[in-house]
Amino acid sequence: MDQIIVQILNGLDKGSAYALIALGLTLIFGTLGVVNFAHGALFMLGSFCAVILSRLLSSSHEVADPDRLDFLGNPAMNKVFYVQDIFGEAAGAAIMDWAVPLAILFSIPVMIGVGFIMERGLIKHFYKRPHADQILVTFGLAIVLQEIIKYFFGANPIQTPAPEAFKGSLDFGVFLGYEANAIMYPYWRLVYFFFSAVIIAAVFAFLQFTTFGMVVRAGMADRETVGLLGIDIDKRFTFMFGLAAAVAGVAGVMYAPIVAPNYHMGMDFLVLSFVVVVVGGMGSLPGAVAAGFLLGILESFASMPVVVDILPGINQIIIYLVAIVILLTRPRGLMGRKGVMED
Amino acid sequence: MLGLTKQDSKLMLIVIGLVVFAPFILNPFPEGSAMAQFNAGYPDLMQRFVIFGIFAIGFNLLFGLTGYLSFGHAAFLGVGSYAAIWSLKLITLNVLPGIVFAIIVAGAFSFVVGYVSLRRSGIYFSILTLAFAQMSYALAYSVLTPITGGETGLQIKNTDNPLIGGPTDGSIGRANLFGAEMGNSFELNIGSWLFTFNLGYYIAAAFMLVAFYLSIRIFRSPFGIMLRAVKSNQQRMNYTGLTPKRYTLSAFVISGMFAGLAGGLMVAMDTQVGPERMFWTASGEVVIMTILGGAGTLLGPVLGAGFIKYMENIVSKINKDILHEWFAFMPDGLEDAMVAFVYPFIGKGWHLTLGIMFMLVVIFLPGGLVEGGQRIAAKFRRTKNAETPDGASKPAE
Amino acid sequence: MALLSVKGVNKRFGGLQALGDVNLDVAENTCHAIIGPNGAGKSTLLNVLVGKLIPDSGSVVFDGQSVLGRKPHEINQMGISRVFQTPEIFADLSVMENMLIPCFAKRDGAFRMHAIESVRHESDMIEKAEAMLDEVKMLDKREMTASSMSRGDKRRLEMAMCLVQEPRLLLLDEPTAGMARADTENTIELLKTIRKERGVTMAIIEHDMNVVFSLAERITVLAQGTPLVEDTPDNIKGHPKVREAYLGEAQV
Repeated sequence: MDQIIVQILNGLDKGSAYALIALGLTLIFGTLGVVNFAHGALFMLGSFCAVILSRLLSSSHEVADPDRLDFLGNPAMNKVFYVQDIFGEAAGAAIMDWAVPLAILFSIPVMIGVGFIMERGLIKHFYKRPHADQILVTFGLAIVLQEIIKYFFGANPIQTPAPEAFKGSLDFGVFLGYEANAIMYPYWRLVYFFFSAVIIAAVFAFLQFTTFGMVVRAGMADRETVGLLGIDIDKRFTFMFGLAAAVAGVAGVMYAPIVAPNYHMGMDFLVLSFVVVVVGGMGSLPGAVAAGFLLGILESFASMPVVVDILPGINQIIIYLVAIVILLTRPRGLMGRKGVMED
Repeated sequence: MLGLTKQDSKLMLIVIGLVVFAPFILNPFPEGSAMAQFNAGYPDLMQRFVIFGIFAIGFNLLFGLTGYLSFGHAAFLGVGSYAAIWSLKLITLNVLPGIVFAIIVAGAFSFVVGYVSLRRSGIYFSILTLAFAQMSYALAYSVLTPITGGETGLQIKNTDNPLIGGPTDGSIGRANLFGAEMGNSFELNIGSWLFTFNLGYYIAAAFMLVAFYLSIRIFRSPFGIMLRAVKSNQQRMNYTGLTPKRYTLSAFVISGMFAGLAGGLMVAMDTQVGPERMFWTASGEVVIMTILGGAGTLLGPVLGAGFIKYMENIVSKINKDILHEWFAFMPDGLEDAMVAFVYPFIGKGWHLTLGIMFMLVVIFLPGGLVEGGQRIAAKFRRTKNAETPDGASKPAE
Repeated sequence: MALLSVKGVNKRFGGLQALGDVNLDVAENTCHAIIGPNGAGKSTLLNVLVGKLIPDSGSVVFDGQSVLGRKPHEINQMGISRVFQTPEIFADLSVMENMLIPCFAKRDGAFRMHAIESVRHESDMIEKAEAMLDEVKMLDKREMTASSMSRGDKRRLEMAMCLVQEPRLLLLDEPTAGMARADTENTIELLKTIRKERGVTMAIIEHDMNVVFSLAERITVLAQGTPLVEDTPDNIKGHPKVREAYLGEAQV
């Protein structure tokens, strides 16, 4: 039993990441009708926002220390962080420690900007072109983006730690009456799960309760009619692209402590996220979220030693297997709408 | 010639010429000169040119004609490779049966994958092929280790004991064709130039020429028209009494067999295989090759494959020092600026250039480099003799 | 005996009775029009005939063989060709290639791996396609890409593609819908010529009464999924039930 809880918990954080990326993909697909293979790259850019900010915050200059001399007799140099100069020693240290959460604030405007530029500069011209062209051009864009990141940050993963306060693990089992250390769950993963739940809820609330969201939902259902009503749907769709980019971005920021950012993480996530979207049903937001968590948890169950003993290798292929079965039995995925991508 | 039109025969002859004389054409710079690093006429790379050419030609028969975008073609190449290496290990070190096995096994596997995946179209088809390929990769990497050698893959070992004609002295067997080893080369020294004629290359090249010839025949056949009809309008096909699915599946299997042939040849050349050959990035690579060169054109896939393999093996080796040498004629400040500007795009950054080129092709040149070349040629012709109307600009190829 | 015989066909979509007990006979070598107000079930009936929809009950017999449960391509191979409301052609292919596809389909059946033969050597098929193109006066456009033609030409091409298969029955789904007056006249002329010279049996669904009365030899009036009357054009013109169905609708 405790094993099962452990697996569910393990599946949650990966599922959260899948769900967030799939949500963004679906927003773009549902509103703009574009299959965006560069969405994983946006997630990766988000992760690197965290890297960039933590590097910026820990930039330092050197000050001569009159009390200490190095072996040549010159005054030794002390490293002094700019943030500590500005905010004082304690506050500065705290700011550096909290670089990853702070990067959310930093990444949102950056990612919205990236999204706007992408949509206006490239995607806009592909609305009327076949889906294959959209896949190909965004695939090319993803390569370009990841190569740019590789040029500046190198090919190796960059460790980006969570704040001290969230290091270590929560003894989750104790709450459920298990003995100590039976179910350990890293705090940051818990944070990630709650964070993604909040983001998902916020996106849904935004679409559900604002006029803007209502128009967008109407546009998702029937773009032409909404356009006929004299509403400038294009502008709103541009904004939706920015929003989807921001969602992918913050998902990436918060994931940085879990998987050290590297230039190809976007592609790794993208492949799975597409499977998630397809399983959930192209164009269905709840489907994307549900499938994200479902597949994350399934994957972690399939990795249980008991399961792997019976079906070796199942952990490696479970997601793809589920995708194939669902696509063949339910062509529109779990919650897909009729007529989407059935050309 | 061989049942081809004049124009196609010309194309075929050009390709034959290029392939046969590749050891000369690809080695234009004398040994030891500063430009010698741009020589691509060494066996290993030339083999890759033609083998990936076959892979891309096959992919183009599916994507270029029917428009079905498979993101899992590397799986067929990988399966073909595994089949071929087992043939070398167990049956005979002669490569021919191995290549035949590779084609058969890849064809059978692509039939299964295609039969299932073609029940959906559009992005669903792409995702299904991707899922199958990733599954094959994951299985080859883990559970199927007894068959695939897992992470380390398979090589010919001195413990292998093929049924026919293995080495008896305990040495590691070498792939051969009726006794002639793949690695055999004839070297020709002319002045300071060195040209290498490698048997393995010429065997792979012969297969590529056959593949290219078949692709011309398929393009010009009623079957080829049917495949383009699949891309154009499946509804009309149905109401014209045709089954688009069977045509597409045939194209899928044919292109899977081409991939298997490429995989078999790879094993024939370097007698080893690993699961990374099936990873989805390898599938992505053939997509890029085909589209960059020109999807739906005859020559495009071959050009795309050659272009990418040249970049991967030659352009990627350019480092900062070489760039400084190139721009040495400039004043120092400008030299540094030029190097700083150019460096991100070549050497290790060649992927960036590739990505940008790929995007530009998708956006502006649906016919790829081939179409680009045609447009330039047409413009050239027009400016050259402006008074004659440009009547002979026939698209495709 | 009728070439096409529809008996007791019913089709429901949820709560909507799209077709209720439809009986219809199309005699060999006639042009039979099916008319009726919007929502009368004309398109549903057509989709049943070509195998796109399967009725809940009833029988559809073509030339002594049931078409029910057969796929569209099988029904086409039996000898039924269909012209769509908006021309369905192979837009990316040349006019000649558009014509060759039905020629091959007629000769080789639903599927054939003729991957090594060259199209150039199919002189029989090419001659056949050229003769048909000549008949619809499009021979000069043979090398054009189909998508670059006018709508009227696309319609002509589609008809030529259907006719070159020498169908026993040609189904026409509002062949003049959305056409300018002149194009409509041309299409009527074309259909008349085809009818006269080839003697092909036609079933036509049409809104434009002008088209119907210039072409049809028999007319069936459909209303709310059920045939009201079937008669010659002259009798239909003055038929009270028909006036009721149309005028009744007009008054609403």
